Amino acid sequence: MSRFNKQRNILDFTLSSLLRRRTKNSALVIVYTLIVFSLASVLFFTQAIKKEACIVLKNSPEIIVQRIVAGRHDLLPADYIDTIRAITGVQSAKGRLWGYYFEPAAGANYTLMVSEEPGVEVGRIVIGQGVSRTIHANRADIVPFRRYDGSYTSFEVSDILSSESELVSSDLVLISESDFREMMGIRGEYVTDAAVYAKNKRELFMIADKIKRILPDTRPITKDEILRTYEAIFDWRGGILLVILSGAVIAFVILAWDKASGLSSDERREIGILKGIGWETSDVIAMKFWEGAVISLSSFSLGIILAYIHVFFASSALFEPALKGWSVLYPEFRLVPHMDPLQIATLFFLTVVPYTVSTIVPSWRAATIDPDTVMRL
Amino acid sequence: MFARKSNVFLLFMAVNIFLLALVFGHASYGEKNALPYLRGKAQMVKRIGLSDLCLFTDARYARHPSMADLNTPFQDHPMSLEHFPSGTIITPPPHLRSK
Amino acid sequence: MIELSDIRKVFNSGKPNEFVAIDGITLSVERDKVLVLKGPSGSGKTTLLSVIGCMARPTSGRITLSGKEITSLPERFLTEIRRKSFGFVFQQFNLIKGITAMENVILPAYPTGEGFSVLKKRALSLLELFDLSERAFSKVEWLSGGEAQRVSIARALVNDPSVIIADEPTAHLDTKLSKDFMEIIGKLKVRRKTIIIASHDPIVYESAAVDRVLEMRDGRILSRATRQ
Repeated sequence: MSRFNKQRNILDFTLSSLLRRRTKNSALVIVYTLIVFSLASVLFFTQAIKKEACIVLKNSPEIIVQRIVAGRHDLLPADYIDTIRAITGVQSAKGRLWGYYFEPAAGANYTLMVSEEPGVEVGRIVIGQGVSRTIHANRADIVPFRRYDGSYTSFEVSDILSSESELVSSDLVLISESDFREMMGIRGEYVTDAAVYAKNKRELFMIADKIKRILPDTRPITKDEILRTYEAIFDWRGGILLVILSGAVIAFVILAWDKASGLSSDERREIGILKGIGWETSDVIAMKFWEGAVISLSSFSLGIILAYIHVFFASSALFEPALKGWSVLYPEFRLVPHMDPLQIATLFFLTVVPYTVSTIVPSWRAATIDPDTVMRL
Repeated sequence: MFARKSNVFLLFMAVNIFLLALVFGHASYGEKNALPYLRGKAQMVKRIGLSDLCLFTDARYARHPSMADLNTPFQDHPMSLEHFPSGTIITPPPHLRSK
Repeated sequence: MIELSDIRKVFNSGKPNEFVAIDGITLSVERDKVLVLKGPSGSGKTTLLSVIGCMARPTSGRITLSGKEITSLPERFLTEIRRKSFGFVFQQFNLIKGITAMENVILPAYPTGEGFSVLKKRALSLLELFDLSERAFSKVEWLSGGEAQRVSIARALVNDPSVIIADEPTAHLDTKLSKDFMEIIGKLKVRRKTIIIASHDPIVYESAAVDRVLEMRDGRILSRATRQ
């Protein structure tokens, strides 16, 4: 009990000490919190998206076959699909029709996809929430589209996809095949690409290989590669993340440097007084420990809590400028909360521990000074 | 009157720890709660045959990174000035980088 | 109560700036009496005080406190003895700025792990003793010279030590405050405290409260002038 009391007493003095330089220490806490906040926000955001991609995209087509002409995507002839179907191990192969549409009035890009979702018929489309928001279109509204030849057509919005599905559907416009072909000017012999399913999942690579051999101008993409794309997304090697990370590391080093560069003469004098009036070296070290711990623990916990609120309640609003970029259509990131204790622990050890240590270590020498120096102060 | 400073701090930390526990609790509750929605999304992916998440709509290779080809200038450059900042966030997928 | 036997303290031993601060001091400090060490600066008074008060170890010689030898105790024990038995009043007061008078008074007791409310009560009663109740929660920067000194005396008493050691306590005080200080010393003597003061101020060594004056020069005791 008395040991606990002793630490509480020392903590009291430490807090008095910190409050004495109120502005400096408040600034320290603010900067430290911001660093933890940024790192944790990025962590939460990227983890949540990766996790979602991993779960949701497990249902994407097993192999998607694209055609490459002169290094670029080109339309896939429909009879390639017959060839693919004939390959042993292929369960089914279907043509996919999809593309991009640029809406000049709004400056937004949509992804148009042919689909048999309920609500999609000739003359009627189903749109994603992002599209609805961008052009203020609701059910039963008529939306104009420009055809490939410059003429105009229009469709009625029969349904809007759910807001929970925004992360996969925000910019989608689901349309019937005949409307799509007419609008885009794509003849019946072509499709955009093919979705292939295998009888035995373990044979996917083999089948993909075969497709590549039989149809050399194609490029098969397996589901595995799709999933790995999203595992590697937000790679720290990506420019902006590297900038944020480096910024945080540099700011942190500066913080710790300020501490590690030693004590001021005032601080030294104070330690001398404490030792003179009866504090032991271990008591002084404990005080320095609390000094570091009070700042780090406060900042760390605040940073994490604020980051969580930011990402999972405020849809990562502060990242919007960076994430939005040139996009006009921007999905609402209503992410599924996901906390990995291991990552939080790592963040803890990378921030709290070095900071606390950098507060204690430079004080070590001062803490061991002889108490009789107080007589000569 | 005279609130002992260490008590104030300990209370502050207790509140923080409580909030952190709340955060973890909310996260695990949220995950469980989200399962039906995630399943719904997975079903949509299967029905429509989607291959990518809708994160960025400004560039094709950012909208469908898994489908992307490498024909946009500086697409794999770290700063990806052609479509900054989404290009810097979305680097070309592994299967494009290695092949 | 405190016996010093042939105490010698050398600084920077073996180096070119080797300095013998006190040389062969043998001295007996009586219980509940006021002892003044008189002498010019450089005479070794401060060093002798710090050796008596367990703040510094002598280079050679022996010290016993209430019959127990304390010369060769490890730091931890020495600090505990110092905390329990000695209270210090410094020349420069050496109060910690930015915190209140009361906090300063209880500071020496923090490492003992005593409960805060106990310490607070003790501090407030000590401050009352010195007429400082109203200033108990003021920051020390706002105290006058005399008030600051009384706070530093209160601080010296917080662990209820049996010995008070004061190093040039009146160096920064005017005549009236110096006389007030010696009056407090007299009161403390009545309360059964042993007091050792180092001072070259006549108001101190000529005060009626003083029992014994020892003159020091060049690290040695010159005369053995006794009073009463």
